[in-house]
Amino acid sequence: MSSRSSDTYAGVPGWVVTLAIIGAGFVLLPLIAMATRVNWGEFIPLVTSESSVAALWLSLRTSLTATALCVLLGVPMAVVLARTEFWGQKILRSLVLLPLVLPPVVGGIALLYTFGRRGLLGQSFEALGITIAFSTTAVVLAQTFVALPFLVLSLEGALRTVGTRYEAVGATLGARPTTVLRRITLPLVLPALISGAVLSFARALGEFGATLTFAGSLQGVTRTLPLEIYLQRETDPDAAVALSLVLVVVAVIVVAIAHQAGEADGFRLRRTAP
Amino acid sequence: MTRTTTIAAAVLSAAVALTLAACSSGSTGAPATSAAPAATETAAALEGSITVFAAASLKSTFTELADEFEAANPGVTVELNFAGSSDLVTQITEGAPADVFASADEKNMAKLTDGGLIEADAPVDFATNVLTIAVPPGNPAGIAAFSDLAKPEVKTVICAAQVPCGSATVTVEEATGVTLTPVSEESSVTDVLGKVTSGEADAGLVYVTDVIAAGDAVEGIEFPESGEAVNTYPIAPVTASANAEIAQAFIDFVTGSTGQGVLSAAGFGKP
Repeated sequence: MSSRSSDTYAGVPGWVVTLAIIGAGFVLLPLIAMATRVNWGEFIPLVTSESSVAALWLSLRTSLTATALCVLLGVPMAVVLARTEFWGQKILRSLVLLPLVLPPVVGGIALLYTFGRRGLLGQSFEALGITIAFSTTAVVLAQTFVALPFLVLSLEGALRTVGTRYEAVGATLGARPTTVLRRITLPLVLPALISGAVLSFARALGEFGATLTFAGSLQGVTRTLPLEIYLQRETDPDAAVALSLVLVVVAVIVVAIAHQAGEADGFRLRRTAP
Repeated sequence: MTRTTTIAAAVLSAAVALTLAACSSGSTGAPATSAAPAATETAAALEGSITVFAAASLKSTFTELADEFEAANPGVTVELNFAGSSDLVTQITEGAPADVFASADEKNMAKLTDGGLIEADAPVDFATNVLTIAVPPGNPAGIAAFSDLAKPEVKTVICAAQVPCGSATVTVEEATGVTLTPVSEESSVTDVLGKVTSGEADAGLVYVTDVIAAGDAVEGIEFPESGEAVNTYPIAPVTASANAEIAQAFIDFVTGSTGQGVLSAAGFGKP
């Protein structure tokens, strides 16, 4: 962020720039290739069909809920991991971040064995009359499971970087732990919290494997946009491509908005913090 | 999986070649020099490699058939690629190097004949498959007939209408007048079966062959109305194939007695 104000510094070797351009092309070309395959004449009817709208709406709802859950659970997890020391912490950290590297389908199977009808917790839920499988709740759980590590990882890193100086001062001035967390710690890492939440949202929006394995696929209930795209591809490739583009656009908009918000906050903090 | 198959196939064909070589040269002591006579002896036979694109439901049967075909034709390597039929159609349309295409339905085969990638009169029907009800072991929901699947307390999982098993399901629904209210419409038979084996669903509509392949993990309940939606599997050489001779030989093998024996053991019906 600070590099933006300074002019391009002369030290970037040409070959680094070349590789960077190749890298950018590698990411952008497939998106362009996809856009060229869109049947623009049919685009509006394709993306506004009943099943498409239902899938988009479900995806947005569940991803937002999953992001909220990630913040609710992920912030305390990051704070505990960054600010405390206990036996087995390193192992716990690696395990908590496991969904990052786990294939989503494996995550889905694990969730099934936990919350499924015959799962570890699912049997108790069933006794209480709560059924999770094949419900929208299952979609949110799958999305939260895969998205949570993104928030924990980015927030924990930021917490370690800002250090405990201000928190210590606040504590010596008589602030209680909750006040310190609310008034000092969280405002300091707000940009990281926002970018972490955006990453989580993006991951939740794109979630496919765990949802397919754990939640099933039913229009309006569990068939999110990625599942709808996968299914449409079977019979209507035009609709699949059109919906893929919608998913990309939604993701780009969300990331751009959050990036703006994060930068504005970061700037304000940088000015007022010292 | 394909790589493992390929390696296994390579090892197998090498072993067969060596054995043949040993026999023809009449000497078991010099395997290094005996490769040459083997080559001359099989010169008239087929040689080369083909890639077979086959529907996911053919995985176990075609893996077995490819092994047997290679054993019968040393010098030939069969590479296999399994996926949903429509995925395979997309891959072939986008230029994937396929020599043979075996589809799980006629609709997907038609996409390639319409697109000129396969000769219009080339496809041959080699197997049929019908739907059956799969339930978890012990049949906890007590399913006995197709109409039981429509009961509100029964959690039924079916294929979405967009995929072959789903359109077969729709046909059966229309023929019986029973309207299902599934808890999930999956995009593949495998996903339906997964929901049943895990016990999440009380019942799922899958193919007879899937139930046989799943072994003890599920129980199959046949229903007479399944005859309303018989799925036919066509196979054909891809026009652009560089190994048309081997491709045709493989197709003949699948439609021949060995192929039909393996397929019927797996639960497929005669075309």
